[in-house]
Amino acid sequence: MRTASPAAVSSPPATSQVPDAQGRFGDFGGRYVPETLVRALEELAVEYEKSLTDPAFKAELDELLRDFVGRESPLYHARRLSERCGGAQIYFKREDTNHTGAHKINNTLGQCLLTKRMGKTRVIAETGAGQHGVATATACAHFGLPCVVYMGEEDIRRQSPNVFAMKLLGAEVRPVTTGSRTLRDAINEAMRDWMASVETTHYILGSVVGPHPFPRIVRDYQSVIGRETIDQCRERLGRLPNAVVACVGGGSNAAGMFYPFVDHPEVELVGVEAGGRSDKPGDHASPLTYGQPGVLHGSFSYVMQDDDGQTCDVHSMSAGLDYPGVGPEHSYWKDSGRVRYTSCRDTTAMEAFDACAHSEGIMPALETSHAVAMAMEMAAERPKDDVIVVCLSGRGDKDAMEIARLKGVNYG
Amino acid sequence: MSAIPDLFAKLRAEKRKALMPFVTAGDPDLEFTAAVLQEVVARGASLCEVGIPYSDPIADGPVIQASYTRALNAKIKLAAILDMLGKTCPVLGAPAVTMVSYAIIYRHGIERYCDDVASRGVAGLIVPDLPVEESPILAKVCGERGLSLIQLVTPTTPRDRALRICETSTGFVYYVSVAGITGERTQLPADLIDNVGWLREQTPLPLCIGFGISQPEHVKLLAPVADGLIVGSAIVKRVAEAAEKPRDEVLKSVGDYVAQLIAALG
Repeated sequence: MRTASPAAVSSPPATSQVPDAQGRFGDFGGRYVPETLVRALEELAVEYEKSLTDPAFKAELDELLRDFVGRESPLYHARRLSERCGGAQIYFKREDTNHTGAHKINNTLGQCLLTKRMGKTRVIAETGAGQHGVATATACAHFGLPCVVYMGEEDIRRQSPNVFAMKLLGAEVRPVTTGSRTLRDAINEAMRDWMASVETTHYILGSVVGPHPFPRIVRDYQSVIGRETIDQCRERLGRLPNAVVACVGGGSNAAGMFYPFVDHPEVELVGVEAGGRSDKPGDHASPLTYGQPGVLHGSFSYVMQDDDGQTCDVHSMSAGLDYPGVGPEHSYWKDSGRVRYTSCRDTTAMEAFDACAHSEGIMPALETSHAVAMAMEMAAERPKDDVIVVCLSGRGDKDAMEIARLKGVNYG
Repeated sequence: MSAIPDLFAKLRAEKRKALMPFVTAGDPDLEFTAAVLQEVVARGASLCEVGIPYSDPIADGPVIQASYTRALNAKIKLAAILDMLGKTCPVLGAPAVTMVSYAIIYRHGIERYCDDVASRGVAGLIVPDLPVEESPILAKVCGERGLSLIQLVTPTTPRDRALRICETSTGFVYYVSVAGITGERTQLPADLIDNVGWLREQTPLPLCIGFGISQPEHVKLLAPVADGLIVGSAIVKRVAEAAEKPRDEVLKSVGDYVAQLIAALG
């Protein structure tokens, strides 16, 4: 693994008091979108703000998270994996046990409630790994909202179980054939749909990316992960963990896990990007490690661009991390030094998948396997009474066929 | 220094309207882009919009998006586009503006981008992903260099916001005819004329209408309420035929089309 260069010591200390009214996390974030979308984004920001002080809204979301999603999700001591590493104790925050098998449902239920609140009657979404697509299709089925999911053709190929699931849930999956045919292109197509349908349609963006207020809304809905983790650690261990690790594509599970910890400086926060095949441009998806600040999909953040500002093609074996940009709050945390970002190669993540499956009986998603790999590396170097919590962001069933292909196994 | 305001002052004095064709830089190559720009001006276009290809253009429909992809696949770089503009703009006989994503401007450097296009004779910028809230720095840099920064008003823009946009726009105001992406449409919104009419009473700035316009009937309908009309995808689609057809034939087809629209301007 390669660690990103250390943050400048002169940066102001990170706090949780972001974003500001313009959607800025320090220098990052903002709203770089066509004028056509501005009114809808302003309306969304206003309605979201109102929903925060509406007890009925909160009660409805809390009930859904408990009875429909199955929260709280367990904090699980991965004893055999910890023994195998020979050092610190590894715990999993089990977002894979949520209904639909990943953290994504935390956000889609909240945004579906917002959709109803705004009186909008149709939902669109993008998806990479398909987890956000499934979670959106599920929430829309629950609320009786028609749902269209944009998905790159390459991702449709490598995540076919989720494509079928979305269709079974009544969503329409629209293949995206432009560009690299992955998550980035799916976001472009969803934005184009929204340009024409904005009066009646809400776009449920699935990560902490995009124009203000999406990065904040998605972070807030995902922050239930970190809040529960803090409570569970205090109750079970009598203290906070030494370190918390999460994978970062757009960065929604990491933002939700890290945000409640940001004001606890004693807890080390580590974000793991997709290191892909190598550190050469085009071989990885690690904008925080190798990229530069720039504009993509409506916000200012680290991004993989060429010297003309054209977005570069990136690579990760995991569809959910195969994205050239990252949420603006992660850029803020990187530059302020509050979170350390590293990247993990495809092969290392695959080894971690195997170790986790064999030692714990848990198949993590390929995305999540990047975080597991980093936690294993850290655990091996740290004392036995240290605690490292991994955000086990999703289950790996969706990846079974792709893993077989990557390993050259002929099954079924 | 004030090519666009001067142009519209002249057109208004002569009671004429502007046609503003959009051309993607580098599709299929920059030599042909220069030839198309010269052809449309020779056929009566009053100003030109040059699209700088971008990898992720969310405001653009399939036709312009595909032209950007072709240009980028042909490895058209900004430096080469600037060279072409430097050779073409000073002798074009009509002002040209660049339609360019803020991603490209930011990466190139805000001041450097404005210096580079101003020194090539470009008259202004349209930045489709930079709403007014994010535009003060670029507006200042453009102002210092005599570049117009043309802002957009859309059907989803509330009226009080439209007034604020008109206060910050320079050169003209780009009125987007439809909520949606660029591309030809057979029908334009029923309330378009009323909305543009309202805006005309609020601002002394010229108003140009774009998005969806492709037919002489559109031009006849909208010319009375606008100072100019912008035609993009319908031109780009014709230019794209240069991949298969002889170039002089394609140039003539683009020129004939532009002449037909200008005749409809009245």
